[in-house]
Amino acid sequence: MRLKLKYFGKLAETAGLHEEDKDLESVQTLAELKTLIFEEYQFDESETIQVAVNQQLDENKTLKEGDEIAFLPPFAGG
Amino acid sequence: MRYDRQIALDDIGVTGQEKLRNASILIIGMGGLGCPAATYLTGAGVGRLGLLDHDSVSITNLHRQILYSEADTGKKKVTVAADKLKALNSEVNLEVYDKKLTNDNARELISRYDMVIDGTDNFETKYLIDDACLLEEKTWIYASVYKHEGQCSVFNYKNGPTYRCLFPKIARENITCEVTGTLGMLPGIFGMYQAMEAVKIILGTGTVLSGKLKIQNLMQNQDLLIEITKKPEEIARIVENGIQSMAFNCTLKDEHQLYLDVRELHEEPLIESKNILKIPLQQLEARVQEIPKHQEIQIFCQSGIRSLRAKELLENKYKFGNLKNVSGGIQTILNES
Repeated sequence: MRLKLKYFGKLAETAGLHEEDKDLESVQTLAELKTLIFEEYQFDESETIQVAVNQQLDENKTLKEGDEIAFLPPFAGG
Repeated sequence: MRYDRQIALDDIGVTGQEKLRNASILIIGMGGLGCPAATYLTGAGVGRLGLLDHDSVSITNLHRQILYSEADTGKKKVTVAADKLKALNSEVNLEVYDKKLTNDNARELISRYDMVIDGTDNFETKYLIDDACLLEEKTWIYASVYKHEGQCSVFNYKNGPTYRCLFPKIARENITCEVTGTLGMLPGIFGMYQAMEAVKIILGTGTVLSGKLKIQNLMQNQDLLIEITKKPEEIARIVENGIQSMAFNCTLKDEHQLYLDVRELHEEPLIESKNILKIPLQQLEARVQEIPKHQEIQIFCQSGIRSLRAKELLENKYKFGNLKNVSGGIQTILNES
């Protein structure tokens, strides 16, 4: 399954890119994807990161080909 | 005359202008977001603006905090801002608060206004605004920036989602513009988004950014609108328990030292660390076996009085020989925030 992954805030720096296309055979659900990505990039405070699938925040999502996933960390500058 | 160009708009008109004149907004934080927001709202003729900030103008503010000039460095931001805004539009009532928003004053201050604009730069105050606005039934307009990226949303608007619905888990790492750097244009743009959302809410027209998070990266030209769902359990928790305290600004100076905190569990500042054993004085005897005897332990409370009682009790009755009292109280073992 091919997914488009987008990283925001400091996550883009940790991952070293703003977005990437990934071919992931083993992943079915958003929870599985999160585990995989958090493992790969070792994001700090990963429990605070919100993940949107096709611009919607829904943790129980099943993923499908072509989905766009956005990893959103909280930040507070002003 | 003054408002002719905006009254000419179909969705404003004389009635809309009257609504603006009758409106009141509290702007919390007069920095990179608060300055542009306050400027445009003053220009538009919002009747009453509260300006809250405890800080003074520094030379490093000037590239983005457009109300201040070189001659203002060292002066209080709210005083300078009020003078500049008054010169722009003397019809606007400006109320200045040279203070921090705290758990004690937040609800009362917010209750005086129709809505809040968040110009703050830390999680602690954002969650505080979120809780206080929920409890006072006020809408607030949120924005945050990180490097070239900004977020904006309207929370608690007509029973819509709150900030806690978006980010229920509190991040501990506060990254401010002082640390990461920012160009002036980004907070400038987001402060204006906030002012625009305020105007739409006042007029009761257009599509308000409620239930949605706007994200833009100006350097990458990324633009995203995320749907936020309401989390009723997050809202219920605040409604039932009131404002929830933040602890993450408090860190220990010495992370390797073992401490015993004998304050009640709710006492502020709250502080989380695996090196702190928390046993309120009243429970000390019942839980004495939890306290190690072969490692130095520093006992603290708010001021040093209860911790001294705890030390004497443990030494005299339970023969501890490894205890030290933090005689100056908790503040002396914390890092400056």
